[in-house]
Amino acid sequence: MRIFLAEWRKLRRPTLFFGSMGVVVAVTALIVSLLFLLIDSEMGNADRGVRITREVLALPSGISLAFSNSSGLLGLVALCVFAAQTAQEYTYGTLRSLLVREPRRIRLLLGKYMAMGLFAFISVVISAITSVALAFALSGTAKVTTDAWTTDAAWTNLFETFVNVLISTFGYGTIGMILGLVLRSPISSISIGVGWLLVVESILSIAWSPSGNWMPGILLSVVASGGSPTGVTDIPSYSDALLRVSSMITAGALLTGFLFKRRDVAS
Amino acid sequence: MTAISVKGLTKSYGDLVAVKDATFDVPLGTICGFVGPNGSGKTTTIRMLLSLINPTSGSGEILDHPISHPERYLSRVGAMIEGPAFYPALTGAENLRVIATLGGFPLERIPELLETVGLSGRGDDKYKTYSLGMKQRLGIAAALLPNPKLLILDEPTNGLDPAGIQEIRDLLSKLAKEGVTVFVSSHLLSEIEMISEYLVMLRKGEVIFFGKTEELLHRSRPTIVVKATRASDLKRLKKLVDEIGHPALLEGDELRIDADEKWGAELNELAFDDDIVLRQITPVRPTLEETFFTMTEEER
Repeated sequence: MRIFLAEWRKLRRPTLFFGSMGVVVAVTALIVSLLFLLIDSEMGNADRGVRITREVLALPSGISLAFSNSSGLLGLVALCVFAAQTAQEYTYGTLRSLLVREPRRIRLLLGKYMAMGLFAFISVVISAITSVALAFALSGTAKVTTDAWTTDAAWTNLFETFVNVLISTFGYGTIGMILGLVLRSPISSISIGVGWLLVVESILSIAWSPSGNWMPGILLSVVASGGSPTGVTDIPSYSDALLRVSSMITAGALLTGFLFKRRDVAS
Repeated sequence: MTAISVKGLTKSYGDLVAVKDATFDVPLGTICGFVGPNGSGKTTTIRMLLSLINPTSGSGEILDHPISHPERYLSRVGAMIEGPAFYPALTGAENLRVIATLGGFPLERIPELLETVGLSGRGDDKYKTYSLGMKQRLGIAAALLPNPKLLILDEPTNGLDPAGIQEIRDLLSKLAKEGVTVFVSSHLLSEIEMISEYLVMLRKGEVIFFGKTEELLHRSRPTIVVKATRASDLKRLKKLVDEIGHPALLEGDELRIDADEKWGAELNELAFDDDIVLRQITPVRPTLEETFFTMTEEER
């Protein structure tokens, strides 16, 4: 608890907290707006030129669509925050002060992870609220009927989407933390993480589509969208994606935790 | 009971041996200086004591607990290693709150500690606006947060002005009087000499002395510096004392003779018998700095 509270003191500072939450609101608002305002565009209104019609949006799952579409960018925000908060302990030299106060290294990591997890949880809640509120607000302009959005099925779907987006965001965040611990530099860990997830995975999955079955970013987007991501073909099922990506991330986290526990902390 | 007890502590990085077979004790309630040239292994030793790096071999105890179990003693140890390290975007006080929360120390002590280190007016300013001296002071405040039994400070006076250095010196003396053991490394040997009762000296990763500072200073050969009314007489005097077995060195208008101050009267008599009138006889005991350079074979 002490470690969690100490880490939270750093995360709650206004520039970081409100800045990150502002990015979350802006990104969510952009994706919801594009989904509703470009509904008649031939270029599409979702990922990779995919078109989501009024009929699809009018379904009970329609209320969650924009929210699940935001998951990739929410994940990137989490990756950046987890990576920066972890790697900066090396660049500022503060890791040695932390370890003098809490020499049980794995406990220190878990406390930090929990605090950053709360940060990620709040960002997902804010994104969900923003997307639902904006979906209702823009439904009139886009001429989408919202009768099905207030049914029990819609709320159940929204809850399931929330859980899936949360799992995906934690996955991205964990990848960020692993990169931060391995690379020990915020700039390197963020640029390599974002570059891999946004650029390398896309190129590899286009060049050889089966590779998408083993790419953490693609697997996390499958999880976030509940198994039916838009615009990606040859995808694994939800349960396969969840099993594969959680195994990969757990293995990475265990290996990194082992290295962190054993590694000397020099300047 | 010792505050720090180290036996055969060794740290190697491949073929490079950073600390070799270090063995020393630091008694409780004393100020112990930790000196050695750059790269002699001081910081590596401190890192091993704080469990930041694992020793290759050897053992150590801090406050009667093995260094392999840092969780048993670090709550009673305050430390500042390799200079202060804090979060630039947080204020000085908030940085201390982060460390106090992590260590489970009372937050109420923070204003008092800021005042102790002379930062009471600047606690709410961001750390990134601090001068080097202020950062150093904040580092010392952070080290004092646990109300420590043992304080380990690596170069605590770096960046401080003479008044600041004196304040820190007074603070460390006050803490020692209250029973806190202070283990302090510094390149300001005159400071160490003034405050340290005990000394651990390193050279090329090896401990070349540990014990009372006074004992080390007494090991060095004292000198008597004499001046004569006629400078030309000093050559004759040099020949006389050399013959008796006291090597002497003529430097300008003074003669430096390797001899204890007790020999001063005999020297005066010797000079008088040879019609040499001495106008000044000054016994000089080597400073820690001179002793340090002699022992570490460093050139001034």
